[in-house]
Amino acid sequence: MDHIRKLTGTHIDILKEIGNIGAGNAATALSKLLNKKIEMAVPHVQIAAFDEMMELIGGAEQVVACVYLRIEGDAPGNMFFVLSLEQAERFIRQMTGDETFSFREHSTELGQSALQELGNILAGSYLSALADFTHLVLYPSVPMLTVDMIGAILQYGLLELSRAGDYAILIDTAVYDERRPEDSVNGHFFLLPDPDSFASIFRALGVELP
Amino acid sequence: MSETIHIIKVGIADMNVVRAPNVIRTTGLGSCVGVVIFDLMKEVAGMAHVMLPDSAMARSETVNAAKYADTAVAALIELVLEAGGRKGMLKAKIAGGAQMFSFPSQSSDMMRIGARNVEAVKWQLKRFRIPIVAEDVGGSSGRTIEFNPQTGVLSIRTVNQGVKEI
Repeated sequence: MDHIRKLTGTHIDILKEIGNIGAGNAATALSKLLNKKIEMAVPHVQIAAFDEMMELIGGAEQVVACVYLRIEGDAPGNMFFVLSLEQAERFIRQMTGDETFSFREHSTELGQSALQELGNILAGSYLSALADFTHLVLYPSVPMLTVDMIGAILQYGLLELSRAGDYAILIDTAVYDERRPEDSVNGHFFLLPDPDSFASIFRALGVELP
Repeated sequence: MSETIHIIKVGIADMNVVRAPNVIRTTGLGSCVGVVIFDLMKEVAGMAHVMLPDSAMARSETVNAAKYADTAVAALIELVLEAGGRKGMLKAKIAGGAQMFSFPSQSSDMMRIGARNVEAVKWQLKRFRIPIVAEDVGGSSGRTIEFNPQTGVLSIRTVNQGVKEI
């Protein structure tokens, strides 16, 4: 994946802007859903080897709740909405009114599907903002929820990239509850475009790869 | 007399070799497959973290041998032989190849990569006549695995089932 080495500051800024617009829209949707103010952190664009990337996001063995969708269309890629178990439980309790929900002791199908739907809505609003901004046609797959080691989950986002090289470009945007900024693990949107999608995204915005 | 035990780490699409009393481990196997090839009498083992089934899928000019089942098994055998393993005495244990998400039926081949990885690794081991003495593959859980070349035990940790040994 030679073009990774050719990315300039402008390209990185564009990728950050994508994270900004996408997650901004998703944060608004989340605010409405939970009826509280949700803040968004400045997006990070990380270009890293696979193992480095796992370290940067807190280690491959960290257990998280994750909604994953595959994106097809003009710019194929992968979208992950990742939450710590505590935060996922908080969201589920809030949405379902079931104060006893817990993944380990009292997991319910209703709670799980509420979280899946939350992920669906948020990822959908991220992607529709991205599609509006770039005028690219993007088709998200049915969202899938799993609770497991983050390394095992994110591997799905690395498959297409790994055919082309040993580096990933990760667009990471965190959202957090304004009243709980102390949470070390917030909700994260990870966008991992397939290798060929970068050219499509940049071209759609009038910037060529060098 | 105390001897420090080192844990040799194997990354994603990576491989390495270990001699007793050290152990070797890889973390967060999802659809990837962890392959261990070892010579128990010589207390030497190699581990690879395989991501994809076939190097024909590569779109890059240089191929990272550890990434693909076909190239990884061959390269891992070389590593173990160089480290003192004996041809004909090698055995294998494998773990991983999960399907982390329940995908709708029409989804692409890439989504079923776990099963394809397992199949490809087994085929390669068979080609080199290395018997698989234990395996823990498939399912829908991520795995962290650690192999001890002295005992020949492969420990497998999952989020829901704790640690098991094969």
